[in-house]
Amino acid sequence: MTLHPRTRDQHPPAYAPGYKTSVPRSPKQALLAMGATATEQTGPVFGHSMLGELDSNLILNFTGEPAVGERIVVYGRVLDENGRPVPNALVEVWQANAGGRYRHKKDGYLAPLDPNFGGCGRVLTGEDGSYEFLTVKPGAYPWPNGPNDWRPAHIHYSLCGPSFGQRLITQMYFEGDPLIARCPIANTIANKADLDRLVAPLDMNRARPLDFLAYKFDIVLRGNRQTMFENKPEGM
Amino acid sequence: MVQPLEYLKETPSQTAGPYVHIGTTPNFIGNAGIYPEDLGLKPFPDDVAGEKIKVTGIVYDGTGTPLRDVLLESWQADASGTYGPGIQGWARLPANQDTGVWTLETVKPGAVGKMAPHIALWIVARGINVGLQTRMYFDGDDLTTDPVLARIEHKIRVPTLIAKSDGPGSWRFDIHLQGDGETIFFDM
Ligand SMILES: [Fe+2]
Repeated sequence: MTLHPRTRDQHPPAYAPGYKTSVPRSPKQALLAMGATATEQTGPVFGHSMLGELDSNLILNFTGEPAVGERIVVYGRVLDENGRPVPNALVEVWQANAGGRYRHKKDGYLAPLDPNFGGCGRVLTGEDGSYEFLTVKPGAYPWPNGPNDWRPAHIHYSLCGPSFGQRLITQMYFEGDPLIARCPIANTIANKADLDRLVAPLDMNRARPLDFLAYKFDIVLRGNRQTMFENKPEGM
Repeated sequence: MVQPLEYLKETPSQTAGPYVHIGTTPNFIGNAGIYPEDLGLKPFPDDVAGEKIKVTGIVYDGTGTPLRDVLLESWQADASGTYGPGIQGWARLPANQDTGVWTLETVKPGAVGKMAPHIALWIVARGINVGLQTRMYFDGDDLTTDPVLARIEHKIRVPTLIAKSDGPGSWRFDIHLQGDGETIFFDM
């Protein structure tokens, strides 16, 4: 078993001058490509006992009193490139509150903090790769980049699959948001079809009447080469 | 026409942004009350076998400015060269928000197969569009047979992957994202 080499064309380049902070923080030398070794194939294995009952409920997990905002469920599956579910993947999310404000000392946006919203959640995927969060829809917010740049509503995602080489951070956007096309961070992704894969559709079948709307966000992690003719990973 | 290859494509990466700690180490930035403690506080239980070491470093941008908002994760074998079990060997290393110094207190890993003792590092921050992979070796170890280091064409860059001792059990490993002494980053 060896991880597929990471295809790079759907990922943003390191240097994306429309997103100004990437200019001094992008390596200029080429990445050194080689096959995954035991170090990249293995990774931390998380257990359900490490998580609390309310960890995936961002509406209640800060104070126990409900956060303000449009109530939504975000759900989906974590799969690998071979289409197989990834069970026990650690999915961590963080987001601004309904007004577009983060609970962070560096965020000085005009919109107020919600005393009942912490802004993070985590969950382990089930045997079928599925996960689900209950949260409020985050607000758009302005950020210092161009003279008038605004982030579309988004939820940040961090994913740990079974291999350290699968480690991934991304962001989920919401169907129909006119700010996506104007966002320098979203547009670090070159191809519209790849960016579209970060846009979660509204799912009225999953919504619960009089309670919450639902959005679906599936995630694909690197997969492993499937072959009967297996060599040992490099370095072993 | 041919049969379609039915692979899925990896989800595109996006930057971790300036607030990655809200989601990954909320207690570290003072957002207590959600999780009893942050995941990845330390890589091993205190009584683990092996030589205790402390590694510190700073991640610098292309202007020579420390990244104070950076988050690193480390992944390593134990002293016998074995990965795991569970989350052992894994740690989250949020940089000090004032100085940019990150600190890893761990045990020195053993060799893994032909690979010399090393610690894998994964680096995310605002302005980093895809998490960066690198690894840290130890000055003084026999690195001549390591198959990863052997693949490096520009030998002049190899020292960017080698931590230097700065005291008994103490190691220094600075990372340069760009410019003079740019660290080698991997695609593996
Ligand atoms: Fe954000």
